[in-house]
Amino acid sequence: MGRRIERGGVVVTAELPTAKLPTAELPPVIVGAGPAGIRAAERLVAAGLRPVVVDEAARWGGQIYRQPPEAGGPGGGFTRPKSALYGFEAGKADAVHRAMAAIRDRVDYRPRTLAWNCEAGALDLLCDGESLVQPFSRLILATGATDRVLPFPGWTLPGVFTLGGSQVALKFQGCAVGRRVAFLGTGPLLYLVAYQYLKAGVEVAGVFDTTPFAVQARAMAGMLRDPSTLAKGLLFVGWLRAHGVPVHNGVRPLRAEGTERVEALAWRYADGREHRVSCDAVAFGLGLRSETQLADLAGCRFRFDAADRAWLPERDGAGRSSVAGVYLAGDGGGIAGADAAELAGERAAFALLEDLGRPVDAARVRELDRRLGGIATFRRSLNAAFPFPADWAATVADDTMICRCEGVTAGALRGVARSGQAREINRAKALTRTGMGRCQGRMCGATAAELLAQALGTGPDGVGRLRAQPPIKPLPVAATPSPLAGARSGREVA
Amino acid sequence: MRERIDCDVAIVGGGIVGGSAALFLRQAGLSVTLLERDWCGAKASGVNFGGVRRQGRPLEQLALSQRAHAIWGRLPELIGTDAEYVRSGHLKLARSEADLASLVAYRERSRGFGLDLEIIEGEAFRRRWPALGERAVGGSLCPEDGHANPRLVSPAFARAAAALGAVVREQTAIERVEKDGGRFVLLAKRELAAGELEVRARVLLNTAGAWSRRVADAFGEAVPLESLHPNMAVTEPLPRFLDVNIGVEGGGVYGRQVLRGNMVVGGGRGFALDPDRARPQRDAVLTLMRDAAELFPQLRHAHVIRCWTGVEGYTPDRNPVIGPSRTTPGLYHAFGFSGAGFQIGPAVGQTLAELVTAGETAMPLEAFRIDRFPPAPPDNP
Repeated sequence: MGRRIERGGVVVTAELPTAKLPTAELPPVIVGAGPAGIRAAERLVAAGLRPVVVDEAARWGGQIYRQPPEAGGPGGGFTRPKSALYGFEAGKADAVHRAMAAIRDRVDYRPRTLAWNCEAGALDLLCDGESLVQPFSRLILATGATDRVLPFPGWTLPGVFTLGGSQVALKFQGCAVGRRVAFLGTGPLLYLVAYQYLKAGVEVAGVFDTTPFAVQARAMAGMLRDPSTLAKGLLFVGWLRAHGVPVHNGVRPLRAEGTERVEALAWRYADGREHRVSCDAVAFGLGLRSETQLADLAGCRFRFDAADRAWLPERDGAGRSSVAGVYLAGDGGGIAGADAAELAGERAAFALLEDLGRPVDAARVRELDRRLGGIATFRRSLNAAFPFPADWAATVADDTMICRCEGVTAGALRGVARSGQAREINRAKALTRTGMGRCQGRMCGATAAELLAQALGTGPDGVGRLRAQPPIKPLPVAATPSPLAGARSGREVA
Repeated sequence: MRERIDCDVAIVGGGIVGGSAALFLRQAGLSVTLLERDWCGAKASGVNFGGVRRQGRPLEQLALSQRAHAIWGRLPELIGTDAEYVRSGHLKLARSEADLASLVAYRERSRGFGLDLEIIEGEAFRRRWPALGERAVGGSLCPEDGHANPRLVSPAFARAAAALGAVVREQTAIERVEKDGGRFVLLAKRELAAGELEVRARVLLNTAGAWSRRVADAFGEAVPLESLHPNMAVTEPLPRFLDVNIGVEGGGVYGRQVLRGNMVVGGGRGFALDPDRARPQRDAVLTLMRDAAELFPQLRHAHVIRCWTGVEGYTPDRNPVIGPSRTTPGLYHAFGFSGAGFQIGPAVGQTLAELVTAGETAMPLEAFRIDRFPPAPPDNP
């Protein structure tokens, strides 16, 4: 646990040496206060524990149920009812928000806090410019996901946003990314965000789904197992069409056009017909990718997941990682959506309690396992309904920017692959700078791997994965807690 | 199925030393097989700070370092890329009069090696480097030292060797090495193809960096080599404020600003995850950020976007092992550069090539004899 020490007028943050604390006395630490983290915390609190809940956001809810700034606080001053902010999901959002509010005084809640490193049984936390070591004996990583971005010409123009970013603008900043917005990509979020924008009074220039309609229709059959979700999905599409929004399937983006900012989206159908729609913003994304850096730094073993086309930390059905005491819950360990995240968060907390030798509600655990199993089946259908556009890597033009931070093009990546210089992703990074910038490959890593794999004639599982390095997000140089450095806990230098 | 290669020279380790040795040996017309367990130049040669610096080295290294300086000057011609190498100058700062005195003493001792060191102090120092403010009383400038991008330089040596006909095998780990009569026999495991690889060679070069003890031990030459991990960090791009590569007399933080504007800084140590991998250490990272911001106030509002480290082999006297084996004819060692092998590496490769082709070299290697250490217990990885 952190404590503040004042020395010579300088406030520094220190921690009790790990070695002197019996690890059993350390509270469990949860990273992420979205649906998974909140349900995990709720279950631990019910068992009489007081978990530390670390979250980057100012208020709990995660990305999907992100809350607007507090009225009267910085950025506050707009109010929209939950029905407007979350649409059909308002009930769930409200339940998750209330769950956290109910345990608020029984958790050690750390909002606006970035876990930037994990090393030797402790997290490094950054809050209000101070870096603090947070030791743990049990850690639940509920780190969530971000959009998977597949670059196309013009995607770096001002006015082009990710779907998630567009949603954050609406939910947290109370503004839209444009006056007339085109929605591009595939996945449930595509229709959800378009719906939310239309509800907020923004003109929707169209929904441009990269998945052909026939593929989607076939996959719908699998979703009949979960009629409520199917109904919801159909509702979004139906509702959008009923409000005059054109919905196009089987689309390939050609380019975002514009000089100062985006003015139009050019696209074509699979048969080659080209079209152009005017807009002042594009929101795009092709599914989600898990935030796995902390799991990597915690030493978790990874495996390639064909459904997510990503390297994910291994976890058992209960959320246990390959590292004793480290658990994974929610989209951070594999994309399954918010409903599954709630279940997985609670399930991981049960696993933690079991591992502590505490009694658990066996019937509830069975119920969670049963429902998580059902969701896994549903996710397979959803992946079929919104497939990754497998031709992307083969068709993206050489001059398309892949790594925005460092300005690396598709052609540069293909160059090091075809010349035999890079046969895996870390080597491609070293030679081209892909993934070396501010995002550290969080945005570009997956697409760089797709490109490299295609150029090498292998699958995305054949080029390795980017190794995580601290800090997982940019760390202010001024965050240094200077006077006590060296007295901290940590591993001996070899 | 076992693949067999017969050649003049087998090289274990594709870092900057092994890669440049392969290149110079190919230029001399010998057949060369270079074996690298990872990717060439992916270990310490490729992830170090990137300082290309003669200043501050022990005098016994300066002849080799001068030889390397000439090689660095013709990088594009040799390896097909300038690898962002710039002769920016290397400025070693003195924070006290005593430190300045030791810089002056070094200049005197190193006269005759051609470093052209220039001591600048007081008002002249502040006028010349206003960005460095008041934090130094002066410094010693080596105008033709500089820095380069190690990620690009080190793989390029092996690539250039391959272009000249060297057999370069990456992802190929040595499992056994022995001498069978007049030939060295290496048995390696191939990660990229099924089956084993057997290499037979008249000469063997041990340029395996921090892992060189394995080969040395196999020929009864136990060396006290330990692995250490330099702690480094890079900021987001910043407006240019620094044109020289900076070190500090007495150690501590070092830094350089690359053309893109990112500031690369180093100081302190990381820790080992296992014998092959290391990671920056939290205290070292935080201390480095504090020290770097103190030395370079321009960093105060910047962000560190990445930290990293690598695995380097250190000897007790911080000088490398370079030269012939004392037990086994035909075996040559070059390792243990103790955190300072990048600049000197290509000259070591060239010198090894001379030893192989001519049996002798004009370079003074006495200080780098492998048998200069008291016997150490063998390595048991």
